[in-house]
Amino acid sequence: MCVGVPGKILEIEENEAIVDFEGTKQKVRVDLIDNVEEGDYILNHVGHAIEVLPEKEAKERLKLFREYLDSLEE
Amino acid sequence: MDKEKLADKFSKKIKEITPSREVRAIHICGTHEQAITQYGLRSLLPDNFDLTMGPGCPVCVTPAREVDEAIELAKQGVTIATFGDMLNVPGSEESLSDARSEGADVRVVYSINEALKIAKDVEELVFFGIGFETTAPTNAAILKSNPPENFYILSSHRLIPPAMELLVDMDVNFDGFIAPGHVSTIIGKEPYEVFANKYDVPTIITGFEPLDILFGVLKFFEQIDSGETKVENAYERAVRDKGNQKAQKMMTEVFEVFDAKWRGIGEIPNSGLKLSDEFREFDARENFEIELGESRDIHPGCKCHLILTARGTPEDCGLFGDECTPQDPHGPCMVSDEGECNIWFRYGRRPKMDI
Repeated sequence: MCVGVPGKILEIEENEAIVDFEGTKQKVRVDLIDNVEEGDYILNHVGHAIEVLPEKEAKERLKLFREYLDSLEE
Repeated sequence: MDKEKLADKFSKKIKEITPSREVRAIHICGTHEQAITQYGLRSLLPDNFDLTMGPGCPVCVTPAREVDEAIELAKQGVTIATFGDMLNVPGSEESLSDARSEGADVRVVYSINEALKIAKDVEELVFFGIGFETTAPTNAAILKSNPPENFYILSSHRLIPPAMELLVDMDVNFDGFIAPGHVSTIIGKEPYEVFANKYDVPTIITGFEPLDILFGVLKFFEQIDSGETKVENAYERAVRDKGNQKAQKMMTEVFEVFDAKWRGIGEIPNSGLKLSDEFREFDARENFEIELGESRDIHPGCKCHLILTARGTPEDCGLFGDECTPQDPHGPCMVSDEGECNIWFRYGRRPKMDI
């Protein structure tokens, strides 16, 4: 139920965006988030974007985990 | 370093700092249980650590009476739209699926947005709106954008922190919470502070990838090890400290909080959302006569209410896997994809990890 799926915004028209979910395009409402732009990554929950995802942190997730685990060894 | 190696490293680190006593954490999310069970994460965790599921399944906690309301409306000829899991949940006597097979117009939708489209083609449309803080704002957003006059909501939203507080009050024996990531995307850290400050219960906001969950569990054990109790955000890429304030504001404008019943658990103070007076024109309960008899939450032999409050597991239930299966469910925990019984039936309890 509380599933959230990340996707990339391709186009925005008023309160609706076309979002690319790894190749599948779907319409997602963006009423619940501010300052969202084309190219941003969002978290989709039942057809609504509930948060903008910082691309850098999402992409570097494994690196951040590794750095954290390494820091515990010191 | 690939994911498997990172998972091993998390596992090793967790085991290094696990005390020798029995330790228990409760998570409140079917999506967490799904990931933990599907990926066999329990096999990477210490043997003396029990990570168990609490009342984190919206379909499971919706009282039979509210399912009965939807069925009654459907029988009156109103079109009902709801999420797929709600279709097969038993009410007191029957399910929406049964009503549909008798001719009622019940539609399954993935989103309230689809229900809005259906409203264009039918006389009256009631969206049976269930879900926690993650989902409630999506319905608030739709009501704030001028839905059609024939569109109504049967609201059965529930709130997570009051249910967590119930677990503390019930004296269910446990050491900390793995808090649900996407509920937290909306509400942020603040509503959990009471658990750390008042009850001394470590609370870790945790994401849903296998490594996110191991990271959350490591953070939990770090607090057990250090003795310092706090609310920590281990899912920073999707959870801001203050949550999504725009979504919170919409939720507050459209809904008001009330003392709500949870299926088989009873009433929990300030744990439900109903439409505020300003939006009563969209409230199915205000606009239709719904007369019901007695309701029945728990069917004979079903232990869903104990499983939802971390006082039992599916394996403690005599019906699990034999009489009660996803094809022939006796209770909501076996119906919903987010119910612990359904998840354990599909994946088994401790399968080998395969990532």
